[in-house]
Amino acid sequence: MRLLVSDLTHRYDDLTVLDGIDLTLAEGEILAVIGPSGCGKSTLLGIAGGIVAPTSGSIRVEGEVPDGCLNPITFIFQDFALLPWRTVEDNIALVLEHHKLSAAERRERVDSGLRRMGLSEFRNALPKQLSGGMRQRVGIARALAVRPAMLLLDEPLSALDAQTRELLMDDFLELWRREKTTALYVTHNLDEALRLADRVCVLSRRPGRIRELVTIEVPRERRQEPSAQAHLAEVRGRLWHLMKAEAQMADREIARA
Amino acid sequence: MTKSALPVTVMTLLLLAAWYVGAAWLNWPQAAETLARAGKPTAFADVLAQAYAMKRPILPTPGQVVVELWNSLTGYAPTSPRNLLFHTWVTTEAALTGLAMGLVLGILLAAGIVYTRTLEASLLPWVIASQTIPILAIAPMIVVILGNIGLTGLLPKAVICMYLCFFPITVGMVKGLRSADPLWLDLMRTYSAGGMRAFWSLRLPASMPFLFASLKVSVAISVVGAIVGELPTGGQAGLGARLLSGSYYGQTVQIWAALIMASLLSVALIAVVRGLELVLLGRAGAR
Ligand SMILES: Nc1ncnc2c1ncn2[C@@H]1O[C@H](COP(=O)(O)OP(=O)(O)O)[C@@H](O)[C@H]1O
Ligand SMILES: [Mg+2]
Repeated sequence: MRLLVSDLTHRYDDLTVLDGIDLTLAEGEILAVIGPSGCGKSTLLGIAGGIVAPTSGSIRVEGEVPDGCLNPITFIFQDFALLPWRTVEDNIALVLEHHKLSAAERRERVDSGLRRMGLSEFRNALPKQLSGGMRQRVGIARALAVRPAMLLLDEPLSALDAQTRELLMDDFLELWRREKTTALYVTHNLDEALRLADRVCVLSRRPGRIRELVTIEVPRERRQEPSAQAHLAEVRGRLWHLMKAEAQMADREIARA
Repeated sequence: MTKSALPVTVMTLLLLAAWYVGAAWLNWPQAAETLARAGKPTAFADVLAQAYAMKRPILPTPGQVVVELWNSLTGYAPTSPRNLLFHTWVTTEAALTGLAMGLVLGILLAAGIVYTRTLEASLLPWVIASQTIPILAIAPMIVVILGNIGLTGLLPKAVICMYLCFFPITVGMVKGLRSADPLWLDLMRTYSAGGMRAFWSLRLPASMPFLFASLKVSVAISVVGAIVGELPTGGQAGLGARLLSGSYYGQTVQIWAALIMASLLSVALIAVVRGLELVLLGRAGAR
């Protein structure tokens, strides 16, 4: 699925959080969005997912929906959003319950989600018995169970420690190697953007405007190779410079206010 | 368990001792008078024995109450009005019917309050006001009004129980239904699940610990409600009727036996609720 955002502006009362955003997300593309906190990243995702109505501008979703897709645009949350009284498999089944599916298909979707995230042996565990990384894997398995056409990820690894984050990045790479699900990936972590994204969109401090759109020229699968490092270092330098400048200015504005 | 056994035993023994002292003290004048009138010896031991063996004592001894309970429970068929089990069942039936009605009413009110702002403003004051009217004042009216439209027996009692029960359930459920994390509601929305689904899959399960906390209160006051409801009917059956006829004829032992039965009933019903809670919420219940 493609996402077309044009001249998007959003205000909460008189607080402008997004200003004149123009953005195109191609079929199968993974776009990372980075920017200082409070600049409207979550709001942008909410608008893309249709749970926040933008103040002005347009947002369109186009393209084919894959076979068996129950929920074309699907969120993955920073805090996992698991129901504590449901087991792992029932948490995944939750998002299938309002769809008319045969019992066999329901089970198949849950099982394949569990299998793909390596959760099969934890299917009867409760969320509180799992580590943060495992909980987010449940969140991902739940998203996969509806066979989404587009994923909206709101800092999905921010609640995890560095090591777990590495492991889950590998999981995402594997996921996007197998199927080209379009994704809007919000993060404030440069590593995640550089490992996973095709392009990186840097937002300014609030009100969020697009400062720069950077394309990472090396395909995802080859970014660990030595020959890729020079380019990645250059991109990282540019992104870091932009982010630092925005963060500093945001800081100064807060100090002045 | 074993740690609390000793204090509980000591406390129980102290209470029993106090009860026996109290019974002797309260029944003493009457006992002494009875002995004197019959021309029997009135030494300390004689009066004490008489105080503990009166037919209509002011305060019966625990022993007398236990004997009365035992005779009533074992001496007659459970379907006989002379067996306390018969009366206990009559009361239980009303209490449980009223509890079920209160549960439905409480949950409906709570859902209404949680889902519509206007109901919260317009309904909640009435719900609270309803509880400021003493049940003893309202119970006879309920019985009379329902009797007038031909409803007698179980139903008026159940309505009184409902009147008492629905309040803790409403309050608990309002809190419980609101305890669902906003993030979960977002989750349901982004997966395009409807409001009904969010209610059944999210709000209702999230409210279960609150519901059970309320139920433990409600089930006990439901028993009180059923007993109160049995008083104005003139009391043919039920623990309330036993209390009434006992006081009518000065049968204090019978009154105390009925009282003990009523508290045993409450304890048993609370235990059932606790058991249900463990079974239904299980290991997730402690969250
Ligand atoms: N529902 C809302 N009502 C009012 N203000 C909001 C709401 N949601 C977010 N905001 C404000 O809008 C700004 C942008 O929020 P958000 O999109 O969550 O930023 P980010 O995800 O980039 O940190 C923040 O200042 C936040 O306080
Ligand atoms: Mg955010």
